[in-house]
Amino acid sequence: MKAIINVGLKKGVLDSQGKAAHHTLDTIGFKEIVTDVRIGKQIVMELNCADVATAKEEATKMCEQLLANTVIEDYEITIVA
Amino acid sequence: MMKVVVLQFPGTNCEYDSKYAFEKLGADVEVIWHEETSIPKDTNLIVVPGGFSYGDYLRSGALAKFAPIMTAVNQYAQNGGNILGICNGFQILTEAGLLPGALKRNDNLHFISKFNNLKIINNDNPFLSELNDGDVVNIPVAHHDGNYFIDEAGLTELKQNNQILLKYCDANGSEININGSVDDIAGICNKQRNVFGLMPHPERAIETLLGCDDGIKMLQGFFK
Repeated sequence: MKAIINVGLKKGVLDSQGKAAHHTLDTIGFKEIVTDVRIGKQIVMELNCADVATAKEEATKMCEQLLANTVIEDYEITIVA
Repeated sequence: MMKVVVLQFPGTNCEYDSKYAFEKLGADVEVIWHEETSIPKDTNLIVVPGGFSYGDYLRSGALAKFAPIMTAVNQYAQNGGNILGICNGFQILTEAGLLPGALKRNDNLHFISKFNNLKIINNDNPFLSELNDGDVVNIPVAHHDGNYFIDEAGLTELKQNNQILLKYCDANGSEININGSVDDIAGICNKQRNVFGLMPHPERAIETLLGCDDGIKMLQGFFK
C-alpha cells in the first residue's frame, strides 16, 4: 500500500518560494494564465498495512508527529491500495 | 563553578564556539553527543547550539527533536532548568514544543549573514538580566530559516506574558524587519521563563578582535 502525502504552508502563511516562482513565471510569458503558485513537498511511503483506513490513520499520526509542522503547515494524505 | 552542557547533533557546527564563549566567561563546559540519554546532574544551563542538525532534512530542527538526548532535555526543562537555543537550537526548541511558534524560510529567500543590531525588549529573565530594556547590542545573524511565525492568538499571548525578549533594530534602536519575522521578533522565552531561543549568535560576539564583544553581556546573565 502506498501513501502519498502533500505538505504545504497553511493558507494565510506567506509562501515566499511560491511567490518568487510566480514572479518568474510572469516574466517568462505566463502572466496571463498563472493566478497563484504554492510550493510544498511530497512524501511517498510504502506501507505495510492491512487496509486503507489503518494506513490513513497511521499516516495521519506520522504527519502530526513529524512530517508536517502544524504551526505553519497543512497536509493531505492519499492512500493508494 | 557554573556548569554548561552544549548539545551536539550530526550537523551541529557552533558547539565549539559556544564552548569557547562560556569557558571565557568562566564556566565548566561539556559537549554532549545526541545519542546520550542523560544530562549531568550539576548542570546549570543547556545550550542547543547552531548549525544544520541532520542536514536540515525535512525541516530545520524537525529530526533533532526525536534524538535520544531530547527526552532528558524535556525533563530538564520541566524541572525548571535553563535552556538556551541559538539559531538551529531555536529551531529545534520550537519543533520540540519547548518554545511557541515556528521558524520559516526568510521572506527574501536569502541566507542572511551579517552583524545586526538587536533591541532588548524584556530583561526580566535570567538570560538578559545584565542588560536594560531598550539597550541595543550588535550581534551576528547567520540563517536561512529565521523568519519567526506565530499566529495572532499566539502573538497576543507572547505579549501578555512578556515573552518577546529581542527584536531586530537599527543602531538607534528603531525596529526593522530583516527576514519577515512576525513583529520583528529575534528572540523569545517560554511562559515559565527558563527556555530561551534566538536566531542571532551571541557566542560569535565574544572578542573585540573579531568585531564585537556584545555577546558577553548577553551570556553573562546566566552567571548571576
